Amino acid sequence: MSVRESAVAERAAGGPARPRTRLGDRLLKAYVWLVIAWLFLPIAVMVVFGFNDTRSKSNVTWQGFTLRWWTRLGDYPELTEAVFNSLRIALLATVITTVLGTLMGLALGRHRFRGQGATNLVLFAAIASPELVMGASLLSLFISTGVDTGFVTVVVAHVLFSLSFVAITVRARVIGLDRSVEEAARDLGASTWTTFWRVTFPMILPGVVSGALLAFALSIDDFVITQFTSGTVQTFPLWIWGATRNGIPPQVNIMGTLIFAVGVAIAVANSVTARRRT
Amino acid sequence: MTEIQAGTEGAAGAAATAPAPDSPPVPAIELAGVVKEYLAHGEVVQAVKGITMTISEGEFFSLLGPSGCGKTTTMRMIAGFEDPSRGTVRLHGQDVTDVPPNKRDVNMVFQSYALFPHMNVWENVAFGLRRKKVAAAEIKRRVGEMLEIVDLTGREKRRPREMSGGQQQRVALARALVNNPRALLLDEPLGALDLKLRQAMQIELKRIQREVGITFVYVTHDQSEALTMSDRIAVMNDGLVEQLAAPREIYERPATAFVAGFIGTSNLLGGTVDRVASGCAVLRAGDEGRILVAGDAHRAGDDVTVTVRPEKITISAEEPGGEVSAVRGTVSEVVYLGLYNSYAVRLADGAEITVFQQNALDSTSTAERGEAVWLSWQPRHSYAIGS
Repeated sequence: MSVRESAVAERAAGGPARPRTRLGDRLLKAYVWLVIAWLFLPIAVMVVFGFNDTRSKSNVTWQGFTLRWWTRLGDYPELTEAVFNSLRIALLATVITTVLGTLMGLALGRHRFRGQGATNLVLFAAIASPELVMGASLLSLFISTGVDTGFVTVVVAHVLFSLSFVAITVRARVIGLDRSVEEAARDLGASTWTTFWRVTFPMILPGVVSGALLAFALSIDDFVITQFTSGTVQTFPLWIWGATRNGIPPQVNIMGTLIFAVGVAIAVANSVTARRRT
Repeated sequence: MTEIQAGTEGAAGAAATAPAPDSPPVPAIELAGVVKEYLAHGEVVQAVKGITMTISEGEFFSLLGPSGCGKTTTMRMIAGFEDPSRGTVRLHGQDVTDVPPNKRDVNMVFQSYALFPHMNVWENVAFGLRRKKVAAAEIKRRVGEMLEIVDLTGREKRRPREMSGGQQQRVALARALVNNPRALLLDEPLGALDLKLRQAMQIELKRIQREVGITFVYVTHDQSEALTMSDRIAVMNDGLVEQLAAPREIYERPATAFVAGFIGTSNLLGGTVDRVASGCAVLRAGDEGRILVAGDAHRAGDDVTVTVRPEKITISAEEPGGEVSAVRGTVSEVVYLGLYNSYAVRLADGAEITVFQQNALDSTSTAERGEAVWLSWQPRHSYAIGS
């Protein structure tokens, strides 16, 4: 086929339909960018206003670029402490949730047992129930049992509401596993313990990691349930809420930027290694 | 091996009563009265209803049957993934009924290959040796040798998902064989491959089996595969072994109607014994027909069912003479298949008989559709089966 012939054929084949697809493509593209902007604009604003050369207590109008706030990150000791509290709570809750949730996910994905339906229902109920309800009921539970609210109760509450997410992510991964791969490991001389650590766990690891990331993300920015269960402990979101009356200092933007950056880095690392793993 | 001996008290007993050197060798695998029952919806379902058989050392043994016949369950009981509800499994004379799969000296090739997706080819193959704490240098040498046998040298660093089905199949084979198992169990290992690759792998498997000299137990539902590769075949149906014999025996002399129907094409005919003469039972078939069955197992008045293979039957226009079976019918279908013609011939009683006639150059017996013909065959080709 000559060049001219193929050009003619191409025009004949795709000719009349093309303008319409182009318009559709353009609309789709515009829509996608709109959604991305909608999602990322608030984040961009947060990052940018960490560099705002503001003089007043409020940080809402652009005054000019400065790195001053980055050097004065520790100006508010209560803020710094709140951030560290949040990190401590999130890390601890994530570890506990990941271990418990992974075990639950394995049990639910693998075995048939009495009360399985009820367990599944409770998992979904924990996701579906409004935070306000969960927070209030936790508080009344703690009060009626005489438990002092504080660091421990916040961790307990955070484990409670993020457990479902980990269990469900891991369960999905477990259900997708080919049982015969584990049987092959047994067949080749691996004990049940070795089989779990050498074969099963590496195969469900992507699910475990995404569950853990989800748990961390849920914990670090939780406000409602934390508010009910924190007692006198300040967390990052609680401190910001308190500060809104006087104006939020740029340090908050910087802290938020840092947490966001670390989160993005972990998520990217996870997706890269997950692609290499399976 | 030491683990097995240490783990079972039966092993010591078996060793004590070990046969004298001149008695027949200990079979590689023995099943004695093995039954597997499941509880499904409160009802006991028998997947395997009682199997007793022995598989010899170095044999290529096939378990053949339709899906749901219990062949995979039987194999999984040999591997140790299923516990028999009753009965005993012995490997080389040792009772392993209660020995877990990781302590049994057999390895399995799974239908889905079951390769470890997070390990490369080399790590997959080395997995079993590493579990046995074999020295690193030894592992390196044996994995290298095994990859050479399955023709995968140079692909050690590949991940399973980066390989074709045929290559994955060979990795699975290498991963099992590298451990030098006393027996290799293969669960429909070629099921996922296309026809060409399948046939190539059948020859390849046979070659590897000869090379390594290990007992192969092969589960398949493909009768031609079983006939091609096996030394002996156990044809299974509904949890029982219907016949256990060499491929030729199974094809030529099916023991039951099920075996006759499952292996190749077969014609079933029945009749009452009219008389017994000169080593043949003569059955009356219709008004003019007769079926001769060789042997003296039948008495006058017995009802007998016989099978006849389509290629043993001759079509002719005239009534054949001599000591042969002969029945009348009308050709209802002729299918040209290149190497041979396939005829469907309807008898007076409504039964339809399939006949294969080779397309020889001088073939004159080309019956047309609608033609009335005689079918004839030698007495030894009517094979009486149990009903």
